[in-house]
Amino acid sequence: MKIHIKGGRLVDPKSGVDAKKDVYVVAGKIVAIGEAPTGFAANRVIDATGLVVCPGLVDLAARLREPGYEYMATLESEMEAAIAGGVTSLACPPDTDPPLDEPGLVEMLKFRAKNLNQAQVYPIGALTQGLKGQRLTEMAELVDAGCVAFSQADAPFADNEVFYHALQYAATFGFPVWLRAQDPSLSRNGVAHDGPVATRFGLKAIPVCAESIALSTILILVRETGARVHLARISSAEGMEMVRQAKRQGLPVTCDVAIHHAHLTEMDIGYFESNSRLDPPLRSQRDRDALRAALADGTADALCSDHTPVDADVKQLPFAEAEPGATGLELLLPLTLKWAEEAKIKLAPALARITSDSARVLNIDAGHITIGHAADICVFDPERFWKVEPAALKSQGKNTPFIGLELKGKVRYTLVEGQIVHEAK
Amino acid sequence: MWLHPSNPQLDKKGRLHHLLTLEGLPVEILNQILDTAKSFIGVKVKKVPLLRGKSVFNLFFEPSTRTRTTFEIAAKRLSADVINLNINVSSQSKGESLLDTVDNLSAMHADMFIVRHGESGAPHFIARHVAPDIHVINAGDGRHSHPTQGLLDMYTIRHYKKDFTNLRVAIVGDILHSRVARSAIHALTTLGCPEIRVVAPKTLLPAHVAQMGVHVHHDMRQGLKDADVVMMLRLQNERMQGALLPSAQEFYKFYGLTEDKLAVAKSDAIVLHPGPMNRGVEIDSSVADGKQSVILPQVTFGIAIRMAVMSIMAGNK
Repeated sequence: MKIHIKGGRLVDPKSGVDAKKDVYVVAGKIVAIGEAPTGFAANRVIDATGLVVCPGLVDLAARLREPGYEYMATLESEMEAAIAGGVTSLACPPDTDPPLDEPGLVEMLKFRAKNLNQAQVYPIGALTQGLKGQRLTEMAELVDAGCVAFSQADAPFADNEVFYHALQYAATFGFPVWLRAQDPSLSRNGVAHDGPVATRFGLKAIPVCAESIALSTILILVRETGARVHLARISSAEGMEMVRQAKRQGLPVTCDVAIHHAHLTEMDIGYFESNSRLDPPLRSQRDRDALRAALADGTADALCSDHTPVDADVKQLPFAEAEPGATGLELLLPLTLKWAEEAKIKLAPALARITSDSARVLNIDAGHITIGHAADICVFDPERFWKVEPAALKSQGKNTPFIGLELKGKVRYTLVEGQIVHEAK
Repeated sequence: MWLHPSNPQLDKKGRLHHLLTLEGLPVEILNQILDTAKSFIGVKVKKVPLLRGKSVFNLFFEPSTRTRTTFEIAAKRLSADVINLNINVSSQSKGESLLDTVDNLSAMHADMFIVRHGESGAPHFIARHVAPDIHVINAGDGRHSHPTQGLLDMYTIRHYKKDFTNLRVAIVGDILHSRVARSAIHALTTLGCPEIRVVAPKTLLPAHVAQMGVHVHHDMRQGLKDADVVMMLRLQNERMQGALLPSAQEFYKFYGLTEDKLAVAKSDAIVLHPGPMNRGVEIDSSVADGKQSVILPQVTFGIAIRMAVMSIMAGNK
């Protein structure tokens, strides 16, 4: 298969290219940029006039719900959502049932995903058996099976001794550890940020110190053990400032921010809107502004979809009883563009946060457009508005706080290893 | 959409369709309810036909005796048919979802749902999902709101003090967990009360309570000084020991309303309590039964308030 992506604006954050250039693909690989190779005869020409051609997106947090939660979503539905959102590589957390704590489970997931021939799946293995926070998993085996990092998802450690040893062990072999900074007791039963909205509505609150206390423990243990830690979904100004200081001190940490937290605040709970029930909770405007500033200056390495498809049965409930989480894979690109437009960030550095930077966090060779490399490419219309509504989403999760909104940025083509896996009008 | 675009309690004409919270309710509607309630007080006939042929469903997802009974009495005096459902022991324990329960009851041609629920926001959720001609009245949701209690408190204050615009009101006790306090604060600010104080230890105050327009006091005597109205709150048993408070005795020592502490308020100050009272914990018997107490009149006014709310809604076609 020879593909000619013609007349588009090529934006490759890693190389810094932002110019009108054609891309030529042969047998799954990019063979030329700009000028056609001699004797090139395309089987397929993609007319990218007026469109942006960028690396396929790399998402750091996409729950595929398999195994165990197939009633909420399936691998098929969520992989379909990924490519519809231009996502060609995604990391999936281990919070499945059973959790990804055995090589067989990981191999099965990888195998099933590969057969779908869509996005590349990078499983994050469970750091402890059953995510119970007590006994370490066989990390080397899990890496052989395809895990790229280890995580406790949202589950707590039994105690700090286990936590300490887990980081020591991971550090011994250089395995990255992904952590959510949230103190389990300070967030117990909490459903909203400890701010004016929770005060008025009488919602059980999760204070910012639930994040900062957990973060201080993590950062001290990183210093002690030298473990490479990725901090998932930082939600507060204070937390982000701690990450900034840690990076300044040279600690081996990276962090991401979820698309929801880059745009929304506690005010978006509206009148107990269950779609805005998220974990971590939406915080204050000051927090959101700090997250956006951190995304702009690179303290936050990446934006992620925090894709969490949730079944209507557990979402259509009073706010505090509703399952937290929102669908996100198909909103990652438009919400990144919205942030860039509002924050006056140029397209290339904005796209870096969901391509080359997230690939760097994952430590994978993806998120760039380079001759000789796999053709994982997203072609999108940057000016096209579309309305977020259940019928417009491929994901089985139809709940998002952005439902009903018109967003700009529509994926037209997604290529994975040179195959056109998604095509939309 | 039949509802007001910016306020889910009002219909398109700005009239009361649901009563979910007192927050954001216009002063005209608050006064309309208080005035209508007044017209029901002292009416000799036991029954008026304003809700004849209407079905009022009491949906109580949380146990309650007083509130449910007063709603039932109010509905019956308006000639409505009242159906009491104690959901805790019926459908929810069989695994039926809240939406299914509401759909089923709507299909039984309900006209009004009176909802009490343990989670803040549950009546909003139900109101969003019922058919357009069904009214929802919040009878207490989690820590969020208890609007008819707030209204009967306002009625009581207006009855004894006439005017809100020169009052100093102190609300004392477990503000954090109290839907009664939140409702009172919203109603008082809307009705123009110039000084609202909350008096509690830091463990029983929500983080941003001052943003609701109140002054925060930790010392009871300072909080009660020259107050016209003292609103006491019930302290739930489960809060009395643990990390929020060491003991009921220590709470009583600092925040229990005694004659001695009440003496710093104005000599004609009135004392309210939503009931049921913990005598000797948040309030001393000598005060609860004393001449400044208006706790029993509150209950009487509560029936008139609930009649007022239901009849106004039924009239808003």
